Amino acid sequence: MIPEIGQFALALALCLALIQATLPLLGAARGRADWMALARPAAAGQFVFVAIAFGVLEYGFLTDDFSIEFVALHSNSALPAFYKFTAAWGGHEGSMLFWIAVLAVWTLAVAAFSRSQPDEFASRVLGVLGIVSAGIIAFALLTSNPFVRLTPAPFDGNDLNPLLQDPGMIFHPPMLYLGYVGMSVPFAFAVAALLTGRLDKNWAKWTRPWTVAAWVFLTIGITLGSWWAYYELGWGGWWFWDPVENSSFMPWLMATALLHSLAVTERRGIFKSWTVLLAIGAFSLSLLGTFLTRSGVIISVHAFASDPTRGLFILAILGLICGGALLLYAVRARYLEAEGGFKLVSREAALMANNILLVIATGAVLWGTLNPLIIDALGLGKISVGVPWFNMMFLLPMLPLAVLLGVGMHTAWRQMSVPPLLYRLRWLAAIAAVAGVGLPLAVFGAASVLTMAAVAIGIWVCASALLDPVRKLISRTGAPLTRAHLGMCLAHFGVGIFMLGATVVSSYNFELDTSARPGDRIEAGGYEFVFRGLRTVNGANFVADEGELEMRKNGELVAVLTPQKRVYRVQQSPMTEAAINTNLARDIFVALGEPLGDNAWSLRIQVKPLIGFLWLGSALMALGGLLTLTDRRYRLVRQEQAATNTAAQSTIGAA
Amino acid sequence: MKPRRQRMLLVGLVLVGVVVSVTLAFRAFRENLVYFFSPTQVAAGEAPDRAFRLGGMVVEKSVTREPGSLTVQFALTDFAKTVPVSYTGLLPDLFREGQGIVAIGRLQGDTFVADEVLAKHDENYMPPEVKEALAKTREAQAQ
Repeated sequence: MIPEIGQFALALALCLALIQATLPLLGAARGRADWMALARPAAAGQFVFVAIAFGVLEYGFLTDDFSIEFVALHSNSALPAFYKFTAAWGGHEGSMLFWIAVLAVWTLAVAAFSRSQPDEFASRVLGVLGIVSAGIIAFALLTSNPFVRLTPAPFDGNDLNPLLQDPGMIFHPPMLYLGYVGMSVPFAFAVAALLTGRLDKNWAKWTRPWTVAAWVFLTIGITLGSWWAYYELGWGGWWFWDPVENSSFMPWLMATALLHSLAVTERRGIFKSWTVLLAIGAFSLSLLGTFLTRSGVIISVHAFASDPTRGLFILAILGLICGGALLLYAVRARYLEAEGGFKLVSREAALMANNILLVIATGAVLWGTLNPLIIDALGLGKISVGVPWFNMMFLLPMLPLAVLLGVGMHTAWRQMSVPPLLYRLRWLAAIAAVAGVGLPLAVFGAASVLTMAAVAIGIWVCASALLDPVRKLISRTGAPLTRAHLGMCLAHFGVGIFMLGATVVSSYNFELDTSARPGDRIEAGGYEFVFRGLRTVNGANFVADEGELEMRKNGELVAVLTPQKRVYRVQQSPMTEAAINTNLARDIFVALGEPLGDNAWSLRIQVKPLIGFLWLGSALMALGGLLTLTDRRYRLVRQEQAATNTAAQSTIGAA
Repeated sequence: MKPRRQRMLLVGLVLVGVVVSVTLAFRAFRENLVYFFSPTQVAAGEAPDRAFRLGGMVVEKSVTREPGSLTVQFALTDFAKTVPVSYTGLLPDLFREGQGIVAIGRLQGDTFVADEVLAKHDENYMPPEVKEALAKTREAQAQ
């Protein structure tokens, strides 16, 4: 009975989404205030019913209701309750319901915080979100219903994929989805602006925090995914240019471009149509990502479904929503007039270059991701694109972008003459160049030209990001830096830290595959390891062979590492649990391979210098974004507009 | 120079730059493509001199290694032809006899020397290339 309530709630949510998708938009076009007034109640009601549906599914998981097919396929009575809860998004149907739930949360937030906006605009935004929501709910109900029953119900469930039984799995999908789906909000703002035919600085000021919020979630989500792949997939890589990774990375790149373009639109009232195009692009890439991961065209841990109708359905939604938005853009973009110009050396020009380079990088990743799929669909053979190509095509635009970042932050709006700019940055450039050549040579003894250049650029970005805050600390004159400015500095500092981590770990990774018998000593990367042997460990739902390695540096014991090879009882699938010893300077990564006969086991030992900088840098980027969200002007804009709106309404009332 | 001529020159230079970089990017792309071949294609001598991907089922009881050594030998088959494979290193968790896998490497003589062996996340999983190659063999045998 209870699962049927969930399904019924989802169907009701679809009805409300359809109302939200039609009447407010029509009302805005015809000036009917009563139709526009439906937008907020419809959004709130939709949220309630989606929450009920999601709650019912969670209830099914927590009470081991294996009569629900989705629960039976992805859970087991022996699964820890923690993972029962997260298993709800561990399969295709549940993850689509989760997508819907996240969209409902964003929609509710927009409904709640848009009261300062003119009704006409707010109802258009909510209407567009309603269209997206209706499309995805229909997709779930028609092709991926999570509440389908099994008769007779099996005695026990099939268990959750062991790879997903990990704390990282609790936060990675929610964060990623909040980011991914959050891109629908700037998209809805962009479409609403096109419909209204008006886009001013206030629009940008209002769109920006939403974009930053979605971007922050996306940043955290991608980072958690990369971290999870690093420690859980077992072999120490952190980015594979896998189509599934790319499908979340492309919206991120586009959203990053959008953030910077919005800064120009807010400040100067230019780049308007470009900003709108980026907002459409970022959400289109999010939907494309959903298509790639959910249609079964790609096989990976994320791709659960392989039903072709699902792929076609998502493709149709993608075509309708993005095609419609682009068509609208083609018709209406000419109404978005620029309010000013700029010179070649100016903040605007730097941000334009930022956008061009980010879009080039996105295009390259998109090409490398889609090309094998297209070739395959045309029956021209099976190919895969080598990682070196992705690395090269990504670095080519990104290294100049990073150099430019350091300059752009200190360039004035409108125009700036070159000498003062050079004067301001001369010491930073000198420090970065010397440190870039000197540090890798001093620490690691050898360095390629590319490594030195990348280290120099990383230090350049860090130093340039710190310039303003440090000056302010020293001089203490004038107004304090705004939180938005500090947030920008912090996020850019994170970019520099990330670059340093990525460069050093790629250039100086030490890796050794070896065979070891109990009692063997292994020299690896300046450490000495003693393999003390194996024992059997029993977990809640797995059995593991656990190796024990003493790790010594200069004869002193640093740590005892215990990598495991687990076999999960229900699915009988083996899994490698690496043991990692972390400090800020490096990770020591040990994974247990397989028995090689004659009492020997294979081991993989890696020393990964500065890999922690990857996560630290990404965290700083996200923190920087959060800091800008707390800036005064975003609170002010709300109050100001609320005041003008009330004033306008009272005038109408008086008239 | 007149501003108009100047602008045309700028546009022209940008255009040339774009064309050159796009050409270079596509060249690099082609060089980095890794093609898939089945054991039948390898036996017919169709495999290239460079690195490629070889997929098939690991033949039952074909996995051998010197005790204590990291180097392992096994045979990959599409049930029509079989190719011997040699690999040094750690095998993925789901590598089993009778399982469909994909190996990346190059041919040295008759043996395929793999740099990387991929077996994906699910024990029932069959790489789509392997599935297709097996289906082709079945068709050929039926005729």
